[in-house]
Amino acid sequence: MFAKQFFKEVFVPPYETKEFLKQCYVIGYKSLPLVAITGFIMGLVLTLQSRPTLVKFGAESWLPGMVALSLIREIAPVITALICAGKISSGIGAELGSMKVTEQIDAMEVSAINPYNYLVVTRILACTLMVPILVFFADAIGIIGGYVGINIHGDVNFYRYLTQILQSLEFLDLIPATVKTFFFGFFIGMIGCYKGFNASNGTESVGKAANSAVVTASLTIFIIDMVAVQITDLFF
Amino acid sequence: MIKEKDNIEKDKVSKTKKQEPIIVIKDLHKTFGKDNKVLQGVNLTVNKGEDLVILGRSGSGKSVTIKCIVGLIEPDKGEIKVFDENVLNLTKPELNEIRVRIGFLFQSGALYDSMSVRENLAFTLKKHNRDLTPEEVESEVMEALDNVGLSDAIEKMPSELSGGMQKRIGLARTLILKPEIILYDEPTTGLDTITSREISELILDIKHKRKTTSIIITHDMACAKLTADRIMVLKDGVIHAEGTYEELEKDEDEWVRSFFQ
Repeated sequence: MFAKQFFKEVFVPPYETKEFLKQCYVIGYKSLPLVAITGFIMGLVLTLQSRPTLVKFGAESWLPGMVALSLIREIAPVITALICAGKISSGIGAELGSMKVTEQIDAMEVSAINPYNYLVVTRILACTLMVPILVFFADAIGIIGGYVGINIHGDVNFYRYLTQILQSLEFLDLIPATVKTFFFGFFIGMIGCYKGFNASNGTESVGKAANSAVVTASLTIFIIDMVAVQITDLFF
Repeated sequence: MIKEKDNIEKDKVSKTKKQEPIIVIKDLHKTFGKDNKVLQGVNLTVNKGEDLVILGRSGSGKSVTIKCIVGLIEPDKGEIKVFDENVLNLTKPELNEIRVRIGFLFQSGALYDSMSVRENLAFTLKKHNRDLTPEEVESEVMEALDNVGLSDAIEKMPSELSGGMQKRIGLARTLILKPEIILYDEPTTGLDTITSREISELILDIKHKRKTTSIIITHDMACAKLTADRIMVLKDGVIHAEGTYEELEKDEDEWVRSFFQ
């Protein structure tokens, strides 16, 4: 019902453009440092952990391509989405839950302002748009982390490193990885809004809404990922 | 003070002359869960320009009644007519047209805590008057704040305001849409005696300046005495007693009289 209402309201004016842009700033821009640090560590650690095995098989030259593929196809989307579930979904759950228990949502409703349109539609749209952008950002920073990782044990030119990555990547690698991030974003926003919007009265329910939003969103991300991998296997 | 009492008397006289029902509730029932019967057949009428105070113990269904009027709670059974429209049969857009004409002051003030006082007021106004210029919005905001005597607080955030100030700002936000009916949900609860008195006087002042009709839910007898044209006492989900403050103060029922002691 809650998701159905989203699709019903998203195309109906008034369009809350200002609130949508504000949410894009809060969800996207303010998550950049966290995503950057995580992305860098992912790239660095993945490189350092994979290198000894590849060296054993004399396949060290495959390291840039393998790191980039792993990051772009799986690790960066899933880890970034999990971070967003922790930061954004819980934030939305707590914010809307708090608004619910302090009757701010009711205040909008009695003022004939559609709280669903203003609070929920804008947040879900912002999440759906911002999570893929954050994943691209994490991919890029992760690749830089990989470059640093490779250079701890060797001396590889950045241009050569990038060339190796681009040679091992195909356009089709990007499509399923990107498509699933839109779903991640949509469900992160939807679950956070649903939990917050349906918080029962009492301050305790705000914490419960935030906690439940993180758990449900994280689990949903894994389920979407599993389904996405199966579909990718079938069609790509 | 004498002038204030004169005004009250004048209002009471004028009310007896013309009785134009603006809110009519018939046989209102609401049960929460399986057997928590909160309203069990509430009947009430509020006339134009009248201030009706509803008294009752906590959990007796006072707030539920006024929330049913604005469609925040859907009753199980009954009829609610506001401006001659049965609000229970209205579509969402039709209900919103009625809601714009009704102001609702929440117990907590319910200010949007991510917005400043200016934004709280301007937000509500701009949603309904998209053609207003920024200057016009600012002027309306200042006027509403002047009405509650808090124009200095315009830049503050709700967290920087005291409980009394939050309720005043909540009232200013309600007033900015120029409602014909105002529903007050425990406007003086949690406030000290002086601030409660100020809020009660503000309610009275708004009534005189704007000729509004009000339902005031309160436990504060000083507020009831000052603002009520008529008082209804809610017990066991029905209206148990009705009359003016003076009448109910001397009611035969000891339970009713206990509110006034």
